Amino acid sequence: MRIGILGIQGDFDLHRKKLEEAGVEYRIVKKAEELEGIDGIIFPGGESTTITKILKRYELDKTLREKISGGFPVFATCAGIIMLASKFEGREEEVNSLGVLDVKIHRNAYGRQRESFEVPLKVTLGSDEVEITGVFIRAPKIVEVGKDVEVLGTFEGSPVLIRQGRILAMTFHPELSEGIEIYKFFENLVKERVSNV
Amino acid sequence: MNAILTGTFKVKVGLAEMLKGGVIMDVTSADQAKIAEQAGAVAVMALERVPADIRKEGGVARMADPQKIIEIMEAVSIPVMAKVRIGHFVEAQILEALGVDFIDESEVLTPADEEYHINKHQFKVPFVCGARDLGEALRRITEGAAMLRTKGEAGTGNVVEAVRHMRKIQSEIKRLTTLGEEELVAESKKLGAPYELVKYVHDNGKLPVPNFAAGGIATPADAALMMQLGAESVFVGSGIFKSEDPEKRARAIVEAVTFYNDPEVLARVSKGLGEPMRGIDVTKLSSDELLQTRGW
Repeated sequence: MRIGILGIQGDFDLHRKKLEEAGVEYRIVKKAEELEGIDGIIFPGGESTTITKILKRYELDKTLREKISGGFPVFATCAGIIMLASKFEGREEEVNSLGVLDVKIHRNAYGRQRESFEVPLKVTLGSDEVEITGVFIRAPKIVEVGKDVEVLGTFEGSPVLIRQGRILAMTFHPELSEGIEIYKFFENLVKERVSNV
Repeated sequence: MNAILTGTFKVKVGLAEMLKGGVIMDVTSADQAKIAEQAGAVAVMALERVPADIRKEGGVARMADPQKIIEIMEAVSIPVMAKVRIGHFVEAQILEALGVDFIDESEVLTPADEEYHINKHQFKVPFVCGARDLGEALRRITEGAAMLRTKGEAGTGNVVEAVRHMRKIQSEIKRLTTLGEEELVAESKKLGAPYELVKYVHDNGKLPVPNFAAGGIATPADAALMMQLGAESVFVGSGIFKSEDPEKRARAIVEAVTFYNDPEVLARVSKGLGEPMRGIDVTKLSSDELLQTRGW
């Protein structure tokens, strides 16, 4: 089993370190052909406008959309969730998202960098309740979720960690705090899929 | 009630991490900011004049007019940075009040204090500072900088000084990792930097904050060169909007940073970009024309 990390832009190297810590094989993915032979993918934090533009210019968007619609596992943080979302509040014209995750996103909902924050969170991973530090950087807010979306963690009443099938998405940055529980949970989603196919 | 913490070092460095592998572009208007965002910039630096014009026109270079910064912030959704003079903490207070996402305490502007840099711990907004060597880099981190960049020689379109500074910092980091623990106190004195940070670099082989490249980058090849030398992102100042076709050049530099290790992509994006900014031979500048010697 090998997990890809989208390496177009952003803090993908921090996700790489987490996968190393979890003992998972990985590959940095920048081009469509590098998607071959990987069993799931991480969409890192970064600037969603930058990443989606390059995805389109290098025609990764089509391949990714098809794969993810077919059940390919995705782990998405912050910019990553914006890249997956199907609906936006406000400045939606700027993001060319893949539209595979049934949520409505409000970008930079908490304000500017001045308002970025960290806060202890409780999230549900399978049968475990886990305490983690949620680091929110110019974070988006999930303002609506579709019927197939399961909410695994909230902050001030809004979902911050969600799951839709094999998509695990969050508005905070687990790669910026201690612990690999969320990565382990995702590893299991990928393993499940690998053994099913 | 949960303890919500804003302005922590983790939150500040967090934004620097998000900007990795990207291009931060100098802009002087809302229109330029939109062009930069469309090209794929990860952030823009809001300025009154680009460094090449500051160099040409002379006079005291200060923080940009807040009106201009607001217009740029309203025009784009990517983070907006702005520059303050070295030591001018009131300009920084103003930028923080405006909601600027990152403050560059920059040698490109005329220094306001010849002894002290800003105490950056007092701000919730993160700071980036320039450095030419490891000691300077660690002193800025001690003062609270959440990101570093090479100083290079801004406004010249000549990458030679950025290369010099990046190589210097990288080789000093490498050297530190080879020292014995007993040598670190003496090394800390030599570098003019606190022992804890010297120890961190010795143990980890890297700086505790991201290190970007800046100063004289004008082409996709320049940007990829800095990335291959170890920069984690690239600032492009005068290089874009002082060139013949800013839009095309901006896109090309963005792609060159993503694919900095892929010569075929670099060859393709470097084609037919029109005239780059003219550039200046740095050795022809007199010592009082150098911007990099500002700050200490």
